Amino acid sequence: MARWSPYAVGAGIGVLSWLAFLLSDKAIGCSTAFARTAGMVERWWRGDKVLQKEYYKRFVPAIDWEWMLVLGIVIGAFLSAQLSGQFRWEWAPALWRTTFGAAAWPRVLAAFVGGALMGIGARWAGGCTSGHGISGTLQLAVSSWLAAACFFIGGIVTAQLIYGLAG
Amino acid sequence: MLNRIRSQKGLQLLIGLLLGIAFGFLLQRSGATYYEVIIGQLLLTDHTVLRLMLSAVVVGMVGVHLMRSLGWVQLHPKPGSLGTSVVGGLIFGVAFAILGYCPGTAVAAAGQGSLDALLGGTLGMVVGAGLFAASYPRLKPILNKGDFGELTLPELFKVNAWVVVVPVAAAIVGLLWWLDGVGS
Repeated sequence: MARWSPYAVGAGIGVLSWLAFLLSDKAIGCSTAFARTAGMVERWWRGDKVLQKEYYKRFVPAIDWEWMLVLGIVIGAFLSAQLSGQFRWEWAPALWRTTFGAAAWPRVLAAFVGGALMGIGARWAGGCTSGHGISGTLQLAVSSWLAAACFFIGGIVTAQLIYGLAG
Repeated sequence: MLNRIRSQKGLQLLIGLLLGIAFGFLLQRSGATYYEVIIGQLLLTDHTVLRLMLSAVVVGMVGVHLMRSLGWVQLHPKPGSLGTSVVGGLIFGVAFAILGYCPGTAVAAAGQGSLDALLGGTLGMVVGAGLFAASYPRLKPILNKGDFGELTLPELFKVNAWVVVVPVAAAIVGLLWWLDGVGS
């Protein structure tokens, strides 16, 4: 495995956060891109009246800096996986397969349910592991330290339930 | 100079894309884009995610506060309340364990070929964000509970930012040092 030290990678991400503040007057985050995408899909489907929704007035359904950042993440991860020979189409991760079986659809269904809940939770909390967990905590925001603690409390308890009961 | 860069829309989209490419590359290289690594963190058997996040916070915090002291950058702390940070944070946490990725690592995992992250996670997050947008007006009473606004810890304690930055950085370095001593 050609993995880099998490400390080196973390330090690199810290430097990226400097650049985001310096060059763009912004903090790195990911989850508003999903709300904007939902708004863009709704608008394509149901027309301009979607823009009247209160939430889409705050987060206008359009491609912005953060949306491009999320697109960049896909490209960057693809490049890294290709260059290190790790790119591989995979339906279910190994840990899932050994615990819940090799069939693809239960994992994709679980990921969809988890993803939908995460879309709700991230917008409810006003940020994700990047926006609150890294960018918010490094600014010493009270909202972010509280949210990041709750991400891990909820995650640790749920993971113990899932793998404690199954394993 | 900085204001010229910050006000050019096309350039800003390009900067966003380039920062994203670097971010995605680093995330994939660390292994944090793998379901096993994230679940391992939540089961407390693999601390890759904690090591990565805390070192990003230390480096980011010191640099951003230094640039702020020099007058180069402004902070953008997110507003919050008990209703958003605690309730939303716990919902996010439950989802974190079910999905096995977070929003950033899910799209990064899609880039490395993980179809559960692409067709399950990413699609699910768009649907979930849309459901939240639809319910937003009705959720506002909960979201506004215990509102504290764009508060930072130095503002809360009424001290200079460095009075918090230095001990927090020291505590994180100490925690990481202890974590490496304990192993795993």
